[in-house]
Amino acid sequence: MNARNIEFEAEPRQRLREAARTENSEVLMRLDNVSMYFERSQGMFGPPQKVGAVVDVSLDIHPGEIIALVGESGCGKTTLGSIITGLQKPTSGKVLYKGQEVTKLSGEKANQFRGDVQLVQQDSYAALNPMRTIYQSLSAPILQRKIVRGRKAARARVVELLQTVGLTPPERFLDKYPHQLSGGQRQRILMARAISLNPKIIVADEPVSMIDVSLRISILNLMAELNRKMDIAIIYITHDLATARYIAGRGRMAVMYLGRVMELGGVNDVLSQPKHPYLQALLSAVPTPDPEIAKAMSDLPLRSLEMPNAAKPPSGCRFHPRCPMATDRCSSEEPQLRSVGSEQTACHYAEEAHELWQRKMADIGAIKSV
Amino acid sequence: MMEPLVEVRGLTIEFPMRAGLLRAVDEADFVIPKGQITALVGESGSGKSTMASAIMRAISVPGRVSGGSITFDGRDVMSLSKKELQAYKWEQVSMVFQAAQNALNPVVRIKEQIIETFRAHSKSYTEKQMVDKARNLFDYVRLDPDRVLNSFPHELSGGMKQRVMIAFSLLLDPQLVILDEPTTALDVITQAYIFDILKKIHKDMNITMLLLTHDIGVVAKAADRVGVMYAGNVVEAGDVYDMFKRPKHPYTAKLMKAVPSLYEDVSERKGIPGSPPDLLNMPPGCPFHPRCEYAHAKCKEQNPVKVYTPAGHEVACHLYPNPESVAEVRTS
Repeated sequence: MNARNIEFEAEPRQRLREAARTENSEVLMRLDNVSMYFERSQGMFGPPQKVGAVVDVSLDIHPGEIIALVGESGCGKTTLGSIITGLQKPTSGKVLYKGQEVTKLSGEKANQFRGDVQLVQQDSYAALNPMRTIYQSLSAPILQRKIVRGRKAARARVVELLQTVGLTPPERFLDKYPHQLSGGQRQRILMARAISLNPKIIVADEPVSMIDVSLRISILNLMAELNRKMDIAIIYITHDLATARYIAGRGRMAVMYLGRVMELGGVNDVLSQPKHPYLQALLSAVPTPDPEIAKAMSDLPLRSLEMPNAAKPPSGCRFHPRCPMATDRCSSEEPQLRSVGSEQTACHYAEEAHELWQRKMADIGAIKSV
Repeated sequence: MMEPLVEVRGLTIEFPMRAGLLRAVDEADFVIPKGQITALVGESGSGKSTMASAIMRAISVPGRVSGGSITFDGRDVMSLSKKELQAYKWEQVSMVFQAAQNALNPVVRIKEQIIETFRAHSKSYTEKQMVDKARNLFDYVRLDPDRVLNSFPHELSGGMKQRVMIAFSLLLDPQLVILDEPTTALDVITQAYIFDILKKIHKDMNITMLLLTHDIGVVAKAADRVGVMYAGNVVEAGDVYDMFKRPKHPYTAKLMKAVPSLYEDVSERKGIPGSPPDLLNMPPGCPFHPRCEYAHAKCKEQNPVKVYTPAGHEVACHLYPNPESVAEVRTS
């Protein structure tokens, strides 16, 4: 509680706004114990095997907030993203958009939902039709949805969109084909297409992982700007904790492992005060662009490297076979998310793990800004 | 300055294309010191992989080395005969390729592939000796030898295949191992683990390594020395601590600041304006000048000459006309 008060003073206005947002403002989308199981064929005779890609995830999305979903490949973050966009129907649990269940929406309302929630994919080349010019790709959705009427208005709107995403002069891009643009430019086109329908939520799935390092920051800045100016909630899906921190600095972060949320909280709290041993291992593994810190962070706090099979998750806590702190309790009792400090963590020994981490960081002397 | 294992001088590599002559590497100078981990960073198209292929004498057609020299342990690599070349590749220099899954034969068990590699180079090993050596190496990269030897590549995960490739690269006790983006497709935890293994191999076996990457964080973690490539040139090289604390070339400085960190103030991070130059249509003068905030008239006309400090730092930029100026702290 003390730590919170100190931060409160440090950034009073920001904190107040965040508090107002989480406590008072309405929930835009609510995920209620959502699970997604895929069936994997076991050959001709065996019964199909159930693979839990997302297990029992609850999350509220508020208007205009940024949430980073982070985790390694196979942790279920992309599946969760496609549930949010309505591309996948969860096996169990409810997805509520503005209080109404998404799977039961029909007609005009379903149409509205599809416009309100947009997806920006990782591979910008695959996401654009190679046979269509940028103008064709960008004008089709706004004409179809009657956001503008007539070719002239459509053209003006597309020009405006290109300007918003920083592609200037827009006229130079209108008649180009996707292959004539660089990866960064194509990613901006995807952003333009996503905002063209005035969405409330954009799910961005690894939007910068295929872009050159020197251009990544500018795409992240663009997303942060769209979030600020147009009040669009952004779900940023990534495996890269550093870019997540960069874009969602004032938002929240959910850390996933084998389909479950292991830690949830404000981005700075999650990254500077990690409680879950998995998150701590992940943080130790991130290469930091500072040779002194990077070289000090050499040993990984992990018992095993191999990721367990998602079809047969370990009993109890999913992380226990790899966890250096695991006890008998961890192999029998699955920890639920609970409040520890200012965040939520699914670990029986979160307090002890947190203390160990702080000691380690004090040794490294890396608690610099956070 | 440590004893060099590889010295690249004025290396130029050209690819004749329909649209013109593409210079992937343009009069590059680079030194790999013996017994160190040297990293070569650069964005895609900067020429780092092409230069590494040249060190292995493995430039793919239609590319050709049109100028400069490469010496390995005092020997001229460019003039090796076909027979010498066979002994040079893999026995002196080996390479771990970027996409490990594509480097292994999908229809042959790992064990057969190991024996095949040995046979291609030496007749003196018995099959048992070969397998024993492979077992040791698999133990080293923390893989279960029994399982892996009898597996097909598709039965292994990405991280495991990458470790198999690292073991492969060490089979014939090379002096230099070139690692081309060895962890790009892997998760962060696997990546950290592989670098722990690589550093251990480096220390225990005293193997010189050349690491090609675009990830500044990986460089900070693994390397002793860093070279920065831009548009086919090594624009700066030096000790890793020095390069991160006091980068000299404006491109290096920008590159270091373009990566978000988990620890520093995020507000300082900025992208580099513009994009890398088109190699078929290079700007005159210094190739970085259209993106450089310090660019002045001279930068648009003349490509800067590289200067070398006695401490082993080298930089090619008009801001540093002589070695003394590199030592000074830039004020602006």
